[in-house]
Amino acid sequence: MSALEDVGRDTATFLEYAGGVANLIGESATFIGRLRIRVNETFSQAYLLGVNSWTIVLLTSLFTGMVFSLESAVQAVQYGIGNLVGGVVAFTTARELGPMLTAVVVAGRAGAAIAAEFGSMVVTEQIEALQSLGLSPIRMLVVPRLVALIVMLPILTVFGDIISVLGGMLVANIYANISYDSFLASVRSTLPFGDVVRGLVKSLVFAVIIVAIGSYQGLNTRGGAAGVGKATTGAVVTSIILIFIFNFALSYILFRQNA
Amino acid sequence: MPEVWARLEDVSIRYGPKVVMQNLSLDIVDGAITCIIGLSGAGKSTILRLLNGLKRPDAGRVFVRGQEISTLRERDLISIRQTIGFSFQFAALFDSLTIGENVALPLREHTKMSGEEIDKLVSETLESVGLGNVESRYPSELSGGMVKRAGFARAVISNPQCVLYDEPTTGLDPIITHILTNTIKKLRDRLNGTAVVVSHDLGSIYMMADYVAMLFEGAIIAYGTVDELRRSPNPIVQQFLQGSEVGPIPI
Ligand SMILES: Nc1ncnc2c1ncn2[C@@H]1O[C@H](COP(=O)(O)OP(=O)(O)O)[C@@H](O)[C@H]1O
Ligand SMILES: [Mg+2]
Repeated sequence: MSALEDVGRDTATFLEYAGGVANLIGESATFIGRLRIRVNETFSQAYLLGVNSWTIVLLTSLFTGMVFSLESAVQAVQYGIGNLVGGVVAFTTARELGPMLTAVVVAGRAGAAIAAEFGSMVVTEQIEALQSLGLSPIRMLVVPRLVALIVMLPILTVFGDIISVLGGMLVANIYANISYDSFLASVRSTLPFGDVVRGLVKSLVFAVIIVAIGSYQGLNTRGGAAGVGKATTGAVVTSIILIFIFNFALSYILFRQNA
Repeated sequence: MPEVWARLEDVSIRYGPKVVMQNLSLDIVDGAITCIIGLSGAGKSTILRLLNGLKRPDAGRVFVRGQEISTLRERDLISIRQTIGFSFQFAALFDSLTIGENVALPLREHTKMSGEEIDKLVSETLESVGLGNVESRYPSELSGGMVKRAGFARAVISNPQCVLYDEPTTGLDPIITHILTNTIKKLRDRLNGTAVVVSHDLGSIYMMADYVAMLFEGAIIAYGTVDELRRSPNPIVQQFLQGSEVGPIPI
């Protein structure tokens, strides 16, 4: 009986969570649709959440591209298909690894920052202060971050894609003597431009996930400083899991025709 | 009969199994200063939150100027909240904004005043709570008492019909306490404003209160003018007013 009750309660909690997040996204979309966007705040959030993430995106993308090339280049040359390495690296990066890795590191940084900031604002009654002034926390706080990350995450992703391919090219050249020209020729012939765009569609969705989950967790913080910590880790874990799940679903939908 | 600004009607509040209020009813008289007293954790701050819709009752109804607000959606509460100032116990200033930006925020968001007009009104309002030249400082750079007064300025800057003060003088020195108590009275006199003040500071309550309500174990156990309360035969009220440790209040 108690197991059943647990399942019941977990289901209710899950539905409440999902409903709350959906509500938050819906309300934000309404403000965005009516163009009630605070421009200055959006720019400063684009800087804080996006621009400040470029170093970690650079490092993770660079080493991912490099290790990919390291694992594939030497074998490929042995099998006489060294001219395909560039294509393989670029293809996987643009469609899968680039959008996902970028989103995951940004979730760890920006998503955590949002949850921690909102959580401490809850604990110090700043969220209630906004409401008491007749101001919507969604419009004042969530919308600027949402718009900022929707713009910045695809830009970071393109940047990461390029760095990753360059890293792969470098390693392929050093380890397997694949020339830059042949690597790039392979990239060009293998990777349709449409796939890069579809990869960026993914990062739009990931941006919404990161901001919505971070905001929801932060705004629903309970119980003082310890609650802020919980909200922050909860935001990161949940958004990373959702990024993986949505990545699979989006690959299925976006790449079905030309897989 | 004095006019009623707001009314709590049979309000109950629970947190899990814990009952904080049970069928509590209270009228807030229009144009008067009502002080709410009671022990820590009695639910005084919760009453203030009920009055501007930050908290919804689990049962019962809340009316402001005759309109039931306990059933309103968040977005319909916005226009009501603009007429009610809220001064938080720990000020709740936005720590990413300067003091000046904090106090200016309601004007910037809700009025069409020019930047110059806003700046002028902000510094006047800050002066009126004894804060000069702090506009460009951040909340973290000021003392607790100064931050509290800035929160007070933010609550009153748009001339609300009613201001809710959560422990406005707790932790402040006697001179500032005196200034703030006078400011609360002055604001009430201007515009015929209403004020609800949660306070433990009997000195300032005696100075400003038109009515006092005492909250104890989820209910209003005493209500009246300062004199009526002082003459109350209720031993709980007497114990509280005398600050005595002997009496019916469990410690
Ligand atoms: N979010 C909450 N969760 C659980 N209990 C709460 C919450 N908010 C307030 N309470 C409880 O409600 C009671 C009344 O709180 P409050 O109105 O802040 O009291 P007061 O202002 O009189 O000190 C307290 O006992 C407090 O523990
Ligand atoms: Mg309180």
